[in-house]
Amino acid sequence: MTAAATTAPGMTAAGITPAGVRPEAGPLDPPLLSSLTVGDALPPAEYPVTRERLVRYAGASGDFNPIHWNARVATGVGLPDVIAHGMLTMALAARAVTDWAGDPAAVIDFSVRFTRPVVVPDDGLGALISVTGTVAALDPDAGTARVDLVVRAAGVTVLGKARALVRLP
Amino acid sequence: MPLDPSYVGRVFASIEPYTVGIEKIREFAAAIGDENPISHDPVAASAAGHHGVVAPPTFAIAAIARYQDRVVFDPSLGLDFSRVVHGDQRFVHHRAIIAGDVLTCDIVVEAIRTVGSNDLLTLRSELSGADGQPVTTGFSTLVARGTAG
Repeated sequence: MTAAATTAPGMTAAGITPAGVRPEAGPLDPPLLSSLTVGDALPPAEYPVTRERLVRYAGASGDFNPIHWNARVATGVGLPDVIAHGMLTMALAARAVTDWAGDPAAVIDFSVRFTRPVVVPDDGLGALISVTGTVAALDPDAGTARVDLVVRAAGVTVLGKARALVRLP
Repeated sequence: MPLDPSYVGRVFASIEPYTVGIEKIREFAAAIGDENPISHDPVAASAAGHHGVVAPPTFAIAAIARYQDRVVFDPSLGLDFSRVVHGDQRFVHHRAIIAGDVLTCDIVVEAIRTVGSNDLLTLRSELSGADGQPVTTGFSTLVARGTAG
């Protein structure tokens, strides 16, 4: 399976309007809470995940479980091949939110369920994780927006109930 | 082998602190491809109102892992780690983790359940700063596949 074949349909569909006004147009300027409407879409994001990234994440996170880098071990426990760390997939889902919000400290609550493994073949392409997000709720009193995420690889969702609570100005 | 239900409610008090280094935050951010300057550059972090570079939201797992390991690998608990997958994860950030933080972490066994043939272990991880104030609360559910059947 190639990365191209794993691109989920609709991820780059025309007509998706990035949520929120960025008056200064700088990459770190957060969208204003008052400019958001429930149903607004975050900019869709795609993240290639190769074996190299798995090794880097293993070192950075300290999770050296061999199912994330050793095909012999992975297939030995019944997996189709090496799989990505669930926490790496969660981290990439968070990136789609922090890239939009501007400040990593803006994410004050983030939860996911790990519903399917992300298989990462050693074919030079690996897997492609796509993330779309929607503003699902706004709380002006608390100064927060809830963002619901859809995270897919190889055409299927790999995280369930992926939700972030984001504090915005 | 089922998990020992008497572990529910047990607290594994923090061991030695986890010191959050700027290079560890940079390494973690780079590993997930995150080039946000607030996670790399102290000047950019300061300009955004932070006292150090800010860890990405899921960096907390790197700090929590060593404390969770004491529970997961407790032989009396009965968890077969070779069959464990991560079921779900949540982080509640009372404040962001920043470079220079000296964190401690208490682990509380929140729940032990059997669903079908799987054993489920839910741990709550309370990361605190050097001032004793809460930093991050993590909730992790680990699933041991087929160990209950």
